[in-house]
Amino acid sequence: MRSDPADYALVAPRNLQDAVALLSREPGAWLPIAGGTDVMVLYGAGKLAARKLVSIRHLRELRNIEEFPEQIIVGAGCTYTDLRRHATITHEFPMLASAASWTGGIANQNRGTLGGNIANASPAADSLPALLAYDAEMLLISVRGERRIAYGNFHLGYKKTAMAGDELIRAISLPRKFSGYFSFARKVGARKAQAIAKVSIAGLGRMTNGAIDDVRIALGSVAPIPLRLKKLEAALIGRNPQFLAPGDLGSLVTAEIQPIADIRSTEEYRATVAANLVAEFLRRLGEGADSA
Amino acid sequence: MDGAVSIAKCDVTFTVNDELRTVHVFPMARLLDVLRNELGLSGAKEGCGEGECGSCAVLMDGVLVNSCLVPVLQASDASIATIEGLAKDGQLHPVQQAFLACGGAQCGICTPGMILATVELLERIPAPTPDEICEGLSGNLCRCTGYMQIFKAVADAAQRIAPR
Repeated sequence: MRSDPADYALVAPRNLQDAVALLSREPGAWLPIAGGTDVMVLYGAGKLAARKLVSIRHLRELRNIEEFPEQIIVGAGCTYTDLRRHATITHEFPMLASAASWTGGIANQNRGTLGGNIANASPAADSLPALLAYDAEMLLISVRGERRIAYGNFHLGYKKTAMAGDELIRAISLPRKFSGYFSFARKVGARKAQAIAKVSIAGLGRMTNGAIDDVRIALGSVAPIPLRLKKLEAALIGRNPQFLAPGDLGSLVTAEIQPIADIRSTEEYRATVAANLVAEFLRRLGEGADSA
Repeated sequence: MDGAVSIAKCDVTFTVNDELRTVHVFPMARLLDVLRNELGLSGAKEGCGEGECGSCAVLMDGVLVNSCLVPVLQASDASIATIEGLAKDGQLHPVQQAFLACGGAQCGICTPGMILATVELLERIPAPTPDEICEGLSGNLCRCTGYMQIFKAVADAAQRIAPR
């Protein structure tokens, strides 16, 4: 059952350059491990397929949060605790700070990283809907150089990402353009702490003269990848948030999601709760319009 | 060097309870197993082995971690504090005293993790609210006490530490 440490290689490159050089020598062969809160769970259960691991936890290049006028760049190695304690993140990107506070207990928040949450690519991951709503971009690094891709294009399918075998997530860029928006983040799980989401939402919206002029609705755990409801968003632009009858709104939500039944929930429960969360977001967006 | 990797034991050096230690181990050995089996420190317990229960929690560079999820190579040069190092000069740590006084332990499996989580919580928040206590211990599961005595012990520990 349990893995034998004699079967697994683990190396710790001196710096980021050495780490990507190692990845480039055997693309796809080395599995990066940062805080280990996903990788070590599989390892402990004897289910870790990768036999060669490269530790990136100690790489200081990955642990910075850099602030620029137009964006903040969050190093992939920043932990959930780092995110929760960072003033700009808590003020301008509160849904990301909330998601960090929902992820595991304190010990896991001290070790788990934002880059790891993204690379692990679970559709139930807490931070991913917030990143979608905030228009995050991924900064991917390899010996070939660095490239930037929209986070919305990063997940290709269940646990499939746009990352090449020799690439590492260096950082996540967040545009600083949402401070005037109303935001709404909720996670529905079996209990308040230490539970994996049955459904989660990150909603972001702005109103002008009683009508929505920008809106983003991202859901977790309702499809193979974290999902933005782009058709519903388009239908809401220029409208009052409450213009849809509850049944019609529910139909539009369920048309865009593909929930499954698994150990945590059923397809029907997820569809119903997803529609309720979206309705709650829109109701609150409408109510908060004056103060936002 | 394509393909095969030689997996050899290596020397890993770190500080445990203020003592410099070097162990000769596989790099993917779990810190929990190294503490228990190589160093004879059996205070950290294995409950779930997947980071849910917190009974293996230790402080690593002052930060609470689940030692079942730490490959020992990542502990290189770190400073580890386990429950065994908490009492100084035969005197229990105030958090230990509070757990004793409040009956914050029953079978004892979760207790080392609970106490270390409390130490970390009170470092960050010297006078925690009930909600902050719940959150600070949310990664530590207890199947005996129902938690009430434990929460009381944390509040009591905050009082014991406060006057300093």
